[in-house]
Amino acid sequence: MQTEDWLKAACADADRRGLEGLKPLLESLARSTASLREFDRAIRASDAASISESTPAGDAAGRER
Amino acid sequence: MTPPADLRSIAEVAPLIKAGTLSPVDLVRAALARIDARAELNAFITVMRETALAEARASEGEVAAGRYRGPLHGIPVSVKDLIDVAGTPTTGGSAVPPRYPREDAPIVTRLREAGAIIVGKTNLHEFAFGTTSDESAFGPVRHPQDPSRSPGGSSGGAAVALLEGMCFASVGTDTGGSIRIPSAACGVVGLKATIHELPCTGVLPLSHTLDHVGPMARTVADVSTMFRAMNGDVADPGAHGHLPPDRRVFGVPETYFCERLDPGVREALERIRGILTRAGHDVRPVEIDDAGRTADVYLHIVLPEASWIHASMLEAHAGRYSPGVRLRLEMGRCVLAEDYVRALSLQTVLTHAVERAMAGCDALLLPALAIPAPPLGAVTVDVDGRREPVRAVMLRLTQLFNITGHPAIALPAGRTHDGWPIGMQLVGHPGATNQLLALAAETEGYMIGGDGSVGGGTG
Repeated sequence: MQTEDWLKAACADADRRGLEGLKPLLESLARSTASLREFDRAIRASDAASISESTPAGDAAGRER
Repeated sequence: MTPPADLRSIAEVAPLIKAGTLSPVDLVRAALARIDARAELNAFITVMRETALAEARASEGEVAAGRYRGPLHGIPVSVKDLIDVAGTPTTGGSAVPPRYPREDAPIVTRLREAGAIIVGKTNLHEFAFGTTSDESAFGPVRHPQDPSRSPGGSSGGAAVALLEGMCFASVGTDTGGSIRIPSAACGVVGLKATIHELPCTGVLPLSHTLDHVGPMARTVADVSTMFRAMNGDVADPGAHGHLPPDRRVFGVPETYFCERLDPGVREALERIRGILTRAGHDVRPVEIDDAGRTADVYLHIVLPEASWIHASMLEAHAGRYSPGVRLRLEMGRCVLAEDYVRALSLQTVLTHAVERAMAGCDALLLPALAIPAPPLGAVTVDVDGRREPVRAVMLRLTQLFNITGHPAIALPAGRTHDGWPIGMQLVGHPGATNQLLALAAETEGYMIGGDGSVGGGTG
């Protein structure tokens, strides 16, 4: 679920339950979640790059096949 | 008339108890008198007057009969009211119905076996879910220097009890800095050992991934004595770790940790760097990769875990929680499982980053708290000319080591120009808590710098 959609649903739920004070906290959490996901993507991209860099011979062999 | 605070260290009074020249009964009476004299600070939730005096009399008899147990024998100690002590309610600082444990938590049992006398249960930020100790059903914990200020939290009552001579040592808990933050704000010593080193059984949990329990006292030697007893090291609970004489290597993580500090805290850090360097130690800058992501990872672990732990109580007693604590628990219910698992996966990434930064270092050196004690009820604080949320600022320098599990200790490091205590932090290698304590004992004098910081066992 995208953070924008998640935030919309969470704020609607807070409204339904009369927890107005929760909304600014959820907005702050949404920013943190977006940042967490970005961090995760960066780590995964870096891991993927290091795997492909560490096996150049394998890549070449694969192409030859 | 208010009795004067007895701020001697355990190391100072234990030989007197052993020799029979100091009575545990007198020590307990003095501690109880200090608790009564400064009741307006709300440091304690439960005072165990009768049992403490009875145990003190029994201790006195044992010592007289030649059955001295060691340096904690007859010493008044307090326990954070998040931890089970048989016969007293464990309130967590909340108006939610408490639990009534039949048994002591194992760490309390171990302290009793070492001869410690529990004088009471200290106040805290409700369920340890905050850093200021001002959300408690038993009233806000107040800083002894200025009752309009917070002593930090969540183990705020424990730090105040030490500062005011209401006990000689305390047991606290630390999920994001809850031992080290109040230790820094009050100028006492607080240890978070390596993750899982001390058992959290019998402690109301907040986050199973991040929770730690640990000792607080006025000196490193006393914290070390407490740690060994809590760790079940009964063979030689008074012995402290020793390091061979050597040039120590301290890594200072400047990026993220030293970028936004109160000017007084920054000055103290620079002063200590200078003192250590002049003493022949190697103080070098180090980088912890991705440290700026710490709060994101922390939030996505602590929020859902706390919400899960409190789920049934929140359903039944939502209105009894402090408003701020309730909202944080409600917020945790909204974290998606995918993001929780993501954060747990990134915990390993941050752990490796700290390990890389610490390679070749004996310890990391950094402040424990970026600001001095904040006003009670403050939502934001000024940090070096910029307004920031108080909770985020107070957690910023400590929470990473709950994520990674590294042992960390907060030490008094002088005062700001207007007299507020400053705390520095040493972070050791996992599983090497005794070495960290030995290093802290070595550097304690450098930290204080002879400027009259609270503690140090000078009475």
